[in-house]
Amino acid sequence: MSADPTSKATVVEEAEKTLPPVTEVAIASLALVIAGGIYLAAHAPHPTALIPAIVLATLAGALLLANAISLARIRSFAWTTFVLVGRWTLLVYIVIAGMLEYVFIRDHTPGSELALFTVMLVIFALNIPTLLAFSVARYQPPTSGD
Amino acid sequence: MADVAVKLEEPSELVPPGEERAPFEIVPRAGVPIVAVLLVLLVVAIAGNWLWGLEFFHVAGGGLWTGIDLFVGLIVGPILGRMSIPSRIEFSIRFMPKMLIVMPTLVVMTLASGWQLARHLGNLSSAYPEHAWIVASFIVVGVMALIALGLLEPANLAVLFELRKPRPNGELIAKLMRRFVYTAGITGLMQVATLIIMTKLASS
Repeated sequence: MSADPTSKATVVEEAEKTLPPVTEVAIASLALVIAGGIYLAAHAPHPTALIPAIVLATLAGALLLANAISLARIRSFAWTTFVLVGRWTLLVYIVIAGMLEYVFIRDHTPGSELALFTVMLVIFALNIPTLLAFSVARYQPPTSGD
Repeated sequence: MADVAVKLEEPSELVPPGEERAPFEIVPRAGVPIVAVLLVLLVVAIAGNWLWGLEFFHVAGGGLWTGIDLFVGLIVGPILGRMSIPSRIEFSIRFMPKMLIVMPTLVVMTLASGWQLARHLGNLSSAYPEHAWIVASFIVVGVMALIALGLLEPANLAVLFELRKPRPNGELIAKLMRRFVYTAGITGLMQVATLIIMTKLASS
């Protein structure tokens, strides 16, 4: 397949190739945390084996951390846009995660389940700003000085 | 699935030479106080175990969420896919910012009140005869959330930022809007599963 190297399509494809797979990793992390949440919710309000949820939350957290490391290693990037979008989205998802956390506390969710739900909500609330901020910033011109 | 073939057009067709597109708000600030009021009322309904309030938020929020997803995914999306890129852009800069504020609000309203309502009515317990349907609803919502948060919303937001540039990249906009239209169609179809599950639960 031949492509005109000067076309806008090529420019977009090249911009996507040079960046680490932050979107894919964030979606995988989100999928794990959602699966863990479904597992816990399906057994609530009765106590259940927490190991599957702990494994899912640990894997999701590891992917989130891997994404943070990948992001930190990018040299030329639209960091101003990333921070702008990330900051506001984080605020929104702190409110959303806070609402869900409030519901769990209000319902007297047992300590270990509550702790796991909280960890999952934190991963959820950090993943989405990462996803949205990266998705926007990857197509913006790099911040000057980077 | 709808035909969403997207013609690629040169950026010069997006903004005529010498013309600048009027700036627009990515998040409509006028909607923020309405969202704040709704969230406060939601907290009041949850805190007070106010059954009518919980029913209202769950039924009204869920009905609007399902209806909008179906309408956008199966009616608006395919129409949008057949429009010229300049027309699509004109529509999008008015439509997408509103979706950015409406949809997360409806999702929070529906899920938080739904969880509390199910708990209040004893539907969360594994002893509940239709518990499998409740778990099925969790799975459907989980998959929809993954598609919406992982693919649809990022595409929506990236299009809006691209459109604010003096010379937007037509190829990028076409690519991201194709993703928006497809994912909206998929979540629209998944909402049919939500309707089946919720009507089954309500009638049992």
